[in-house]
Amino acid sequence: MESQRKNYGKALVELGKRRKDIVVLDADLSGSTRTVEFKTAYPERFFNCGIAEQNMMGTAAGLAVGGMTVFASTFAVFATGRAYDQVRQSIAYPDLNVKIVASHAGITVGGDGASHQTMEDIALMNAIPNMTVIVPADGPETYRAVLALADHHGPAYVRMGRSDVPIITSNEDEFKIGKASILRDGNDVALVGIGQMVAPCLLAADALKAKGINARVINLSTIKPLDVGTLEKAARDCGCVVTAEEHNIVSGVGTLVAAALAERCPTPMERVAMQDVFGQSGESDELMREYGLSEKEVIAAAIKVTERKK
Amino acid sequence: MNSINEGRVKELEQRAASLRRHVIKMIFAAGSGHPGGSLSAADIMTALFFEVMDHSPERKDSQDRDHFILSKGHAAPIYYAALAESGYFPVEELVTLRKLHSRLQGHPSRAKTPGVEMSTGSLGQGLSVANGLALALRLQKLDRKVYCLCGDGEMAEGQIWEAAMFASHNHLDNVIAIVDRNGLQIDGRTEDVMALEPLADKWKAFGWNVLFMDGNDMWQVLETLNDARQHKGDPTVIVAKTVKGKGVSFMENNVGFHGKSPNQKEYEQAMRELGGSA
Repeated sequence: MESQRKNYGKALVELGKRRKDIVVLDADLSGSTRTVEFKTAYPERFFNCGIAEQNMMGTAAGLAVGGMTVFASTFAVFATGRAYDQVRQSIAYPDLNVKIVASHAGITVGGDGASHQTMEDIALMNAIPNMTVIVPADGPETYRAVLALADHHGPAYVRMGRSDVPIITSNEDEFKIGKASILRDGNDVALVGIGQMVAPCLLAADALKAKGINARVINLSTIKPLDVGTLEKAARDCGCVVTAEEHNIVSGVGTLVAAALAERCPTPMERVAMQDVFGQSGESDELMREYGLSEKEVIAAAIKVTERKK
Repeated sequence: MNSINEGRVKELEQRAASLRRHVIKMIFAAGSGHPGGSLSAADIMTALFFEVMDHSPERKDSQDRDHFILSKGHAAPIYYAALAESGYFPVEELVTLRKLHSRLQGHPSRAKTPGVEMSTGSLGQGLSVANGLALALRLQKLDRKVYCLCGDGEMAEGQIWEAAMFASHNHLDNVIAIVDRNGLQIDGRTEDVMALEPLADKWKAFGWNVLFMDGNDMWQVLETLNDARQHKGDPTVIVAKTVKGKGVSFMENNVGFHGKSPNQKEYEQAMRELGGSA
């Protein structure tokens, strides 16, 4: 188990060493987002904007106009909600080189409750032209995604959780923006997971195997641009698909996958997601069970959708 | 900046009149746009683009020059007029303002228009961008200024004051903000819609060096901008008292021309008053 945030901090320090144009901003959450690692290593290129996320996004844009590659971090709920207009107008529309890397997304924030649990951030960022949207599944993938983004021109949003997650990828794997990875092969059902739901998909695949169902597990770490090729092939090979996300079912990844498949290869689908309700306080794992975001629901959805294709 | 003399001031005043004529022509050709706030800022824009700022089209992709952010993005026509007469794109292109496939969008777009450094239009965002750009210049050890023209109406946006705090906290003395204090916004007088006064005291309380000028008096504009350039240690804001619609009698202090195109008759009269022909 390892946190994504820790790997973000490590990646920033590595980038700071390699490149003089890397600048990092935070809004009074540097200890939580782990940008503090960069602050310690390169204090002259770190700016704390205080609790002023809108100004942070505008400042990030200005630094990018001035030739810098900027990483701006805070909690996901503030990065995408509080500062939405600044992200849209000052970062995405002028197509600037600003990477918004946000932590504490989804309900796994835990005790802070619904005010801090965004389940609409992917929908918001995905709807903005020019924006790349990435949701790494674990620590190592976070590290590789951040390095890859530094070499990629343009605005991007990276979603990280608060809690430690199982390590399911390796730093030997290549991270390619826009490319989904197949973690387990199978031809009976495709389980398409993002972020913290990828590990439950793997557990579900194990359980399904015992029932004679061979599941293909896809880690859809880039939400935009969507890897339609891998999704379409999975739909054709497996004949049914389950999506799993710690995000609202409205305008989430399930919606995107359904739309992409409807145009190319209409396929029976089930979506595991937050059911358009606000969360509440609790422990991360309790909340995931409470809101139906565990391998149990993925297994049930897989069985249901396999029956539907018959 | 060269030494100021009467001859040079006269030339710049003529240039300002020329930019104002472009503004009227562009908005009349488009059939929509914001003449009032472009005309109030014409003298400030002329001083910046034709005297104070070190810039040129050849160096538009270089950081080693002075920079400009138009936070009050609806004054795009005066910005485009200044850029065109500075050689960033042909003057003939100005009348394509707001037309389909034009490079001249209703509000400035960095991706579309040569010389435009930042897309603006959603108010209150330009000063944060100016701060970021100023930081980038400092990190690159470039002794250059970032000028940011703000409207007075947009002082009601909270982000302006977040940016004000950030600039003084970081001692960004390479940021020079200018508030086009024409006193009017869409719904009426600023003091009736959302009172701003005492505006200078607010900026002082946020740690800024505050200067004043008559923003429609070329001598004062040049002198004040020159003073602003010399100040060290804190960011400078210039509260520029201006007349909305300045130069066209029936647009002056007339809130009706905040965001409305003149009709044919008004257009002809405006052009005559500005020393041109329709």
